[in-house]
Amino acid sequence: MTSEKKIYLSAKGITKTFGFGRQKTVAVDNVDLDLYEGEVVSIVGESGSGKTTLSKVLLGLINQTSGDVYFQGVKRDISTQAKKQEYWKNIQAIFQDPFSSYNIFNKIDSVLLDCINMRGGRYLPREKKIEMMTEACSFVNLKFEELTNKYPFELSGGQMQRLMIARIFLLKPKILLADEPTSMIDACSRATILDELMHLRKETGMTVIFITHDIGLAYYVSDSVYIMEKGRFVESGSADGVILTPHHPYTRRLINDVPKIYEEWDLSTV
Amino acid sequence: MAHTMLEVRELSTKYVTRFREDVYAVDRVSLKVEEGRSLGIAGESGCGKSTLALSLMGYYFPPLHYMNGEIVINGKNISGMKPDDVRKSILGKEIAYIPQAAMNALNPTRKIINFIEDVILEHEMYVTKKDIYDRAKKLFETLGLPAEVLQKYPVELSGGMKQRTVIAVSVLLLPKVLIADEPSSALDVTSQKMVIKMLKQLMEAGFISSMIFITHELPLLYNVVDDIMVMYAGQIVEKAPSHSAVFDPLHPYSKGLMGSIIVPEKGLRDVKLTAIPGVPPNLKNPPMGCRFAERCKFVRPECRVSSVSLREASDGRVYRCIIPEAELREAYAREEHKNDK
Repeated sequence: MTSEKKIYLSAKGITKTFGFGRQKTVAVDNVDLDLYEGEVVSIVGESGSGKTTLSKVLLGLINQTSGDVYFQGVKRDISTQAKKQEYWKNIQAIFQDPFSSYNIFNKIDSVLLDCINMRGGRYLPREKKIEMMTEACSFVNLKFEELTNKYPFELSGGQMQRLMIARIFLLKPKILLADEPTSMIDACSRATILDELMHLRKETGMTVIFITHDIGLAYYVSDSVYIMEKGRFVESGSADGVILTPHHPYTRRLINDVPKIYEEWDLSTV
Repeated sequence: MAHTMLEVRELSTKYVTRFREDVYAVDRVSLKVEEGRSLGIAGESGCGKSTLALSLMGYYFPPLHYMNGEIVINGKNISGMKPDDVRKSILGKEIAYIPQAAMNALNPTRKIINFIEDVILEHEMYVTKKDIYDRAKKLFETLGLPAEVLQKYPVELSGGMKQRTVIAVSVLLLPKVLIADEPSSALDVTSQKMVIKMLKQLMEAGFISSMIFITHELPLLYNVVDDIMVMYAGQIVEKAPSHSAVFDPLHPYSKGLMGSIIVPEKGLRDVKLTAIPGVPPNLKNPPMGCRFAERCKFVRPECRVSSVSLREASDGRVYRCIIPEAELREAYAREEHKNDK
């Protein structure tokens, strides 16, 4: 394949099944995915379509039943904990539920401090660390002075999710996997989170995999879109192409069922 | 003039925390819903949408307390009634409420039909089980739900089906007003559409006369209701017909809210989403002046001095801002001009 852009992450024939015999469920079914440098890719599907399972496989949190993941052209090896940690330097995630993403016993600053320590800043002077944390917080429009000595439950969901983005800012991974980062947050703070996420991407030039069930959101943020149904990609292509001229009936149905404001929302088709 | 189904005048309610602190969750809200109309309530989380819904029904259980104001449902004044009396004589018959996680209200150990029997027997004395079954079957068939659902256990139904079942049960006693509090937020888009279709069907078929729909999803609200009321920090900040509320908002907060709409339609990618910076005020001690002043782009010194009352715009809508309509529009136009550059 000839392309000027480098393939960062690619998945070949990923399959993940749960259970055996009659209980067997195929969550992800023979999925291929190529991710180019600096691209924003969305994976869209309804609940139960296997998006989160696929994201966990890509992250290396669960092992795939068959298929391989290639990172920068080399087959990924996460057989030991040390190798896994090496891999996680390149890929990081923001999860759906901000309330369960944090250790409830640790204060907020320790979350950010851990990120600095993980990136080789362990022996930096304290002032330098605070400076870095303040910078990360101000990047997402939070005030570090207000956050120190607070516990995660004292923050709102939107603030927690923004802190997650601040974490990513400190870690500077090559690939960011955002698994429904705005689904637990109301529509008003959603715009803030998205803006900050896109700002971060522009700043660091990293590759983003955006997993969502909201097709409007996918259209807004991404360069290319993959539509997932029952563990398979049914349609993929550029965001404009897929959303404005959908071909697969499933994609059409998804787009049809979202309430719209400029066109009429057809209620008769259910 | 149409018959007024629900009228609320200057209703204020509060929560009392366990440290005896008062949280003023609903502050002097007045609204009116006429027969055959539906009202939507929008606002970010924590602005008092759900508390208002609970207050409307007179369902005051601690920590929620009634302060003052009047609630008149179909000619009956229920303000000051005990919650138990409200439950017996008003709930279900005059006003019905579908909470956010309505489908979790179904008892997993009992069939749907047993649940329906409970509901009817609580309100009517001399009915046979056969009658109840026939009534439920007829209702379910009119609403396009399969009658087999009645003989099933909740675990056998999908989320969307459970939600629709609960909605059907809530209109069994033919209430006048239905309050739907985010009935579709936990569902996927297809089930959401079915739920919305069903709610519209209920209005059209005359099972309910009026509806109050609460959600933070503005595109959904726009498609369902006739009027939209935007709430902020326990107060109404704007009330307008849905088309003008979405396409031509007047209050700076509604303007910000409408700027965060995401729909998969052409032209979305060119629009820059506007986010409102900051967080809502703490309602334990709400600010003296305008509650939105801290986050407002057009804030003036006099905003913070005294509380702002609702005022009427030229097209009949109401909004809560000290800046006159013409000046606000001018400011928005300047803002847009700046963005274009």
